[in-house]
Amino acid sequence: MSLREFLFAHRNEIFRSMLEHISMVGIGVVLATSIGVPLGVLITRWSRLRVPVLGFSNIVQTIPSLALFGFLLPLPWLAARSERVAITALALYSLLPIIRNTYAGITGIDPAVREVGRGMGMTDWQLLFQVELPLAAGTIMAGIRVATVIAVGVATIAAAVGAGGLGEFVFRGVAMVDNHLILAGAIPAAVLAIIADLGLGLLQRRLQRYR
Amino acid sequence: MSLYALRTARPKGTVTTIVHRRNFLDQSPAIEFANVAWRTPEGHGVISELNARVMPGETLVLLGRSGSGKTTALRLINRLLLPSEGTVLVEGKSTTDWDPILLRRHIGYAIQDVGLFPHMTIERNVGLVPRLEGWPAEKIRARVMELLNLTGLPPEQFCRRFPHQLSGGQRQRVGMARALAADPPVLLMDEPFGALDALTRAEIQREFKSLQQRLGKTVVFVTHDVQEALLLGTRIALMDAGRLLGIYSPAEFLQSKAPVISGYTAVLKSAMELIMAGQRSGEAL
Repeated sequence: MSLREFLFAHRNEIFRSMLEHISMVGIGVVLATSIGVPLGVLITRWSRLRVPVLGFSNIVQTIPSLALFGFLLPLPWLAARSERVAITALALYSLLPIIRNTYAGITGIDPAVREVGRGMGMTDWQLLFQVELPLAAGTIMAGIRVATVIAVGVATIAAAVGAGGLGEFVFRGVAMVDNHLILAGAIPAAVLAIIADLGLGLLQRRLQRYR
Repeated sequence: MSLYALRTARPKGTVTTIVHRRNFLDQSPAIEFANVAWRTPEGHGVISELNARVMPGETLVLLGRSGSGKTTALRLINRLLLPSEGTVLVEGKSTTDWDPILLRRHIGYAIQDVGLFPHMTIERNVGLVPRLEGWPAEKIRARVMELLNLTGLPPEQFCRRFPHQLSGGQRQRVGMARALAADPPVLLMDEPFGALDALTRAEIQREFKSLQQRLGKTVVFVTHDVQEALLLGTRIALMDAGRLLGIYSPAEFLQSKAPVISGYTAVLKSAMELIMAGQRSGEAL
């Protein structure tokens, strides 16, 4: 059986795993964004928090992914369902690029622009939502893009804790020394990563169209 | 944009802006500096013993070299800075007693080059303060159209553009339009025409002057360009090393023999003399 025939024969299974994969990555990155962007903003306001926050997310990033899944397994609420473990791990991994880019995007704004906003009578919140976040949006989106591409890769490891996704094919293939099976997981995962990269790149450029 | 286009793009009248011009001799000052000093958080003195009054409807030019404290003085007015000593009074009320947001929306602010928000269209830039003030959308739109016409930028052509798509002169016009948007009685301008080429600057200076004569705003204008100061100022406040050396009418300034002033007037004269000398030697050839 050729690879093409193999993939075609297992298309339903592959498709289902792909959806699992996408939802894991999607929920994880959305979670990381909704935590990471506010944290990134917070450390531009309280510089004292910068070192601990960036330090923590940096350390998380250095934990090998398999080990991170392992660490999370014994936690009470998470362990009830393996997708929860996977999503939490993906969110933790995605934090660093998102926090860092939010911080860099906001601190990279010309101070004179902020000054003008204040001089025109903007409140702190108006300055944040109407000036700082829109101007940092491109950089923040670049962080989300990096986080997503990394998460697509890391999510294949989630199969090790039984969370499903395209990793299942890879793990099964490795165990059975079946290259077709490995590729049935690896090729869709690569395609997903490329699509995410291109799509979010497009979004990023749209956010910076005023340049 | 060509010079011709700049000329033909002049406003076509129909100004509904409220006129604030009054006879300023019998008025209380719009802005007053009383014994003002400002030091950096590290304790480095930037401004000291500043006493000055800006009368309603006049254009007070703060003239001085870089680092003389002019911009700092300006930022004390809209409470971007609070004085370390003394008080700054705006309409008789100390800036420390003003709600900073209210105070700033009461004062138009235009600065050199970076002043516009790069991610907002010209329409949104100009309508910014009215939007913050919660005007209805229709009123904001009408006001933006009016102001773009007033500053010589045909709205249908400029509304949807972003600042980077405009020339330096056009950006300064937008900056001016935005400062005027909520019709504030006071305008602060920090070297607004500094980054322009000489011809565009002269053009926009003339327009600003005629606009100012029509609108009668109280203006505090920071510049290091003595020519600009003489052209635009009702009075000129000369600053050096954080101190106010004196306030002069343009005529007094030109006639003064005081060494600090003659330094400035000498710059004007020597430039003219150099040009004349160049022409004479050119003729001799």
